[in-house]
Amino acid sequence: MKKILILFAHPAFHKSLINKMLMEAIKDLDGVTVNNLYEKYPDFFIDVPVEQKLLTEHDIIIWQHPFYWYSAPAIIKEWMDLVLQHGFAYGTHGRALEGKWAMSCISTGGRKEVYSAEGKNRYTINQFLAPFIQSASLCRMENLPPFVVHGSHTLSRDDIKKFADDYRKVITMLRDNEIDSEQLNTMEYMNEIIKRDA
Amino acid sequence: MHNQEFFLNALIYLGAAVVSVPIAKKLGLGSVLGYLLAGIIIGPFVLRLVGNEAGEVMHFAEFGVVLMLFIIGLELEPKLLWKMRRSIFGLGGLQVIITAGIITGVALLLNFQLNRAVAIGLILALSSTAIVLQTLSEKGLMRNIAGRSAFSVLLFQDMAVIPILALLPIIATLGTPADLSDTSINSIGQVAQLPGWLQLLIIIGAISVLVIIGRFAARHIFRLVAETGLHEVFVALALLMVIGTALGMDAIGLSPALGTFIAGVVLADSEYRHELETTIDPFKGLLLGLFFISVGAGINFNLLIEDPWVIILFVLLLIFIKFVVLLILGRIFRLKKGFEFLFAFLLAQASEFAFVLISFSKQNKLFDEQTSGMLLLVVTLSMAISPLLLIFNDKAVSPILARWQNKLEYDDIEDEETPVILAGFGRFGLTVGRILLANGIKVTILDNNPSNVETLRKYGFKLYFGDITRPTMLEKAGIENARLLILSMAEHENALKVAEIVRKKYTHVKILARAKDIFHVFEYLNLNINKVQRENFHSAAELGNDALIELGFSKYEAYRATRTFKHHEDQVTEELYQHWLEDQGKFIQETRRFAEQVKETLQAEKNYSIHETDCAWDVDSLKDEAKKEE
Repeated sequence: MKKILILFAHPAFHKSLINKMLMEAIKDLDGVTVNNLYEKYPDFFIDVPVEQKLLTEHDIIIWQHPFYWYSAPAIIKEWMDLVLQHGFAYGTHGRALEGKWAMSCISTGGRKEVYSAEGKNRYTINQFLAPFIQSASLCRMENLPPFVVHGSHTLSRDDIKKFADDYRKVITMLRDNEIDSEQLNTMEYMNEIIKRDA
Repeated sequence: MHNQEFFLNALIYLGAAVVSVPIAKKLGLGSVLGYLLAGIIIGPFVLRLVGNEAGEVMHFAEFGVVLMLFIIGLELEPKLLWKMRRSIFGLGGLQVIITAGIITGVALLLNFQLNRAVAIGLILALSSTAIVLQTLSEKGLMRNIAGRSAFSVLLFQDMAVIPILALLPIIATLGTPADLSDTSINSIGQVAQLPGWLQLLIIIGAISVLVIIGRFAARHIFRLVAETGLHEVFVALALLMVIGTALGMDAIGLSPALGTFIAGVVLADSEYRHELETTIDPFKGLLLGLFFISVGAGINFNLLIEDPWVIILFVLLLIFIKFVVLLILGRIFRLKKGFEFLFAFLLAQASEFAFVLISFSKQNKLFDEQTSGMLLLVVTLSMAISPLLLIFNDKAVSPILARWQNKLEYDDIEDEETPVILAGFGRFGLTVGRILLANGIKVTILDNNPSNVETLRKYGFKLYFGDITRPTMLEKAGIENARLLILSMAEHENALKVAEIVRKKYTHVKILARAKDIFHVFEYLNLNINKVQRENFHSAAELGNDALIELGFSKYEAYRATRTFKHHEDQVTEELYQHWLEDQGKFIQETRRFAEQVKETLQAEKNYSIHETDCAWDVDSLKDEAKKEE
């Protein structure tokens, strides 16, 4: 069984039904640790040793957050700046994260069509996620495709529920190491793993 | 066997105290009255368990007053004392002079010779330090404006005892000597026989020695002893110091109480202050209790039975005169809103110094047997009545006054369910309350200062005048339905008491509290209340932050430095709390180690701990690696 760390960031969690339901769906799973960054560090004063210890204790690291300005809320960036230290996460002697898996879980208002060369946003989600993907690579981690919830403003409660169920399944599969790595290479989003099975 | 007698007496006194004080407290009468009643009960007129040695016990127990003044000195830094000079000399001086004058006049009307009348006036003008201060600390009134004023007056009176002692023999020679069978005259010390200027010189010299020792030598001695780790040696040292000071002062004719008070003030800013306080405190408590018991046991009911109405009349007259003078002076010195009544009721009794002064006057043939017996009885009864006066003030006078002066009787609280009760809406509570109100949260606000309530109401705050320490007030404020109780009042001891009650009785209510200092924080932690803020920590840290910026730190660098410091402080507090729990004795050294630790941390912070947290923004290691690769 793999241990999963969810690095969750939403500055107005109480207003986000999607993130609340996603969180509800997974928080009771064995082997899953939810690290609610805005709740833990309301003043952005991140305790670096504590965070680094959490990283070393888990095998899969997931950044879960709304897709603000094609990126993450500010605290995620602060967390990366501080916690992914040279000599710990990267550099000649920085091998603490080597071989771990990294994934993003994102909610966004835009539909999938908008995130394409022809669409309004001109780039795909995976292109926007380049800093996360490359950061993980620099830290010698393996990248997983992102889990994405599109069109968040127009989803009904039932729609969200489906996403939440899928998310739970994905996390469970990751935890129990039931994912075929060849399959991973062919997927754009992690969501697809559920649809194919179904 | 002599020892056996001693232990038997100890058994009787302690037993009486253990039985009667809790009962008196339960009945809301306060410990002083409890002790006095215990004394009366075991005394020669009820159970006859103790006899004439009560007088000796009283002399011994007067040392409790000395210890009490030492502790009060510890809590008063010299600067604070300097601030109080106006009320000490103005209010205190006027009180003694005017009261003494009026009582002298009354004594003249009762056909006393002028010199005796003056002596009576001076003796009865003093009030009881023991009773008043015990009451003040028990009721948490030390910081109250009336309490402070009362304390100032007592301080002046303590000083006044010295010239009065010097005056009495002179006064005695001015009239015809009293007719006394017992003619033994004890001198109160050789210094008293020396000329005045020399006496003054000796007194100034002695106080200087005391200050110098306290300032420069004491801390080294304390440290040496504390480092032995033997708590009892520290206790011995503390007692040794107080007794030594008292004896020394006594030898030069100064009041021992005043001497130890000065010693206390000198040590007020030493790092061993708290240890000294907690060490001396139990001795003080026991001795004071013993003192009150012996006062109770010493009441001469024979005299009272012989002439009950005259005695009662005198007692009431004495209290009346003192009360009126105090009330008027209180008004002149700007005590308002019922505080002047509290102040006057507090100090309306005669002093335990009167016992000493009366017997001293008797030795100087100023009073005959009859007069001194009567005076002693009046003094004792006035002391016995004084706790009742305060109860009278609490229950009758102050509610009526409040209604009459401000139409602000403890308010009836409207029956509405609010999730938060905020107790104390002064400088601290105001901020807490504003944050809650600004976020649309309903708050029941209580404050026990009528003028505060009046002012804030003008600004549209909905707050109630009331005393949260009353159990009924808690209920009225809706504690049953509340989620939070915020104790933001300045009366820290009272706040702790409320916290304790609520913890036990209303387990569903979460308590948040304002703490005076770190030790106060520990008291709360001990009650399992961990949402506690020291009243000045964060603002002080912010000011430190501003100072860093002024010194050239970038604002963010300063912010990180301050935040790191706060973070560190949390850990240190937790660590110190564990030590505090484990062993009070060890804590002596721990406080010292803490002082050193703070020093080290502060020095290390700039180079070490801040950069430890922030080395993500520090590119040195990256540069090194880049150079190696080239």
